[in-house]
Amino acid sequence: MFKGIYNWIDERLDITPMWRDVADHEVPEHVNPAHHFSAFVYCFGGLTFFITVIQILSGMFLTMYYVPDIINAYASVDYLQHKVAFGAIVRGMHHWGASLVIVMMFLHTLRVFFTGSYKAPREMNWVVGMLIFFVMLGLGLTGYLLPWDNKAYFATKVTLSIAESVPYLGPYIKTLINGGDIVGAQTLTRFFAIHVFFLPGALLALLGAHFFMIRRQGISGPL
Amino acid sequence: MSNQNNSNEAAHQPVKRKEMSRRQFLAYTLGGASAFMAMGPVLPMIRFAVDPLLTKESQTSFVKVVEESQVTAEPQEFDFQIHQVDGWYESDPKLTAWISRDEQGNVFALSPVCKHLGCTINWNTQNDNEYHCPCHDAKYTKEGKNLAVAPNPLDEYEVEIRDGFVYLGPVVPNQHV
Ligand code: HEM
Ligand code: FES
Repeated sequence: MFKGIYNWIDERLDITPMWRDVADHEVPEHVNPAHHFSAFVYCFGGLTFFITVIQILSGMFLTMYYVPDIINAYASVDYLQHKVAFGAIVRGMHHWGASLVIVMMFLHTLRVFFTGSYKAPREMNWVVGMLIFFVMLGLGLTGYLLPWDNKAYFATKVTLSIAESVPYLGPYIKTLINGGDIVGAQTLTRFFAIHVFFLPGALLALLGAHFFMIRRQGISGPL
Repeated sequence: MSNQNNSNEAAHQPVKRKEMSRRQFLAYTLGGASAFMAMGPVLPMIRFAVDPLLTKESQTSFVKVVEESQVTAEPQEFDFQIHQVDGWYESDPKLTAWISRDEQGNVFALSPVCKHLGCTINWNTQNDNEYHCPCHDAKYTKEGKNLAVAPNPLDEYEVEIRDGFVYLGPVVPNQHV
């Protein structure tokens, strides 16, 4: 049945070349763990992406219950975790995934570093990768405030104090991130907007650039 | 004769077994295994999202509203508070009932929510001893029977009389018309 539907669409829109171009490509022997087990280090990029997908999906579902408001934020997280079916699992995916994605990204970066894959002609992809790294840190930072518990509150105070220590610009940066003088109602909505709209948007754009360059340049050769 | 010919021909044809190609087998196993693993994260998320569909409606309890002796044949408006749990938000919203007695002297309480599109009705605002809705001119009798515009009679609260007081419970379809 699916084949019938696919063929019907393909006859009209000729979609086969499109996904072929994206999905159909050789995996060279030196990156295939079935040939050399040590090649598993080449999986970390894919694993980072996999967990990013989980973050985006679980995050979208969390926003069905979460409210970015200082009076209700903690209560809504408490409710979604303890009263809603599978709440502990969905929040757990997002909570542990947020740490795991950093771990995977770090391992992926190590692989790229030690295989020398950042060298010409792939310098730009290293730069894009670094931007992705900072966007991920931003997601972790802004998401951490959202449950609005003590840990969230003081972690954000600490970060803001660090931001404030930047020479000359510090106080301005702090007020901008804070959305005011205190970590409060305006900080929470600001962090929420950044966490669920701005940074995921930037992340998807950067990932697009990352993957586009990989397809153009291919995976780097064996050592 | 012809039979023999046929069987001879059949013997020369290559055997046609309905076999699965290696590629197909791999596609099915890999696809099946991937789908199975994808269900791991996807099913909890879906169950999480549809939770409101599967949780039981909360039971409303009866609330003391007014002394029975105050209720007259003429409908009067009474306010009362219920305790409402809306997810993580608990509140005590104010509800309104139009309470009166029928011919037998039994107390009944109508909900003020218009059965047309949900505005709030009022008693006798046009001096015709009818309920009237300001939004699209729906009209109801004292018993809540729909006379114009609205497709259904006004709902009513379940009534209990305890120790000379009127208690109101959940909203149910009108029992009087
Ligand atoms: C479109 C993508 C995303 C959406 C819509 C989203 C949404 C949310 C929401 C609503 C919360 C508050 C609920 C809770 O704390 O359990 C949250 C928390 C959080 N998010 Fe995200 N998120 C997304 C992506 C990410 C990514 C990619 C990361 C990691 C780098 C991340 C890291 C965090 C962290 C660390 C928390 C605090 C979790 C906790 O303390 O339990 N989020 N996110
Ligand atoms: S809502 Fe009452 S008449 Fe339309």
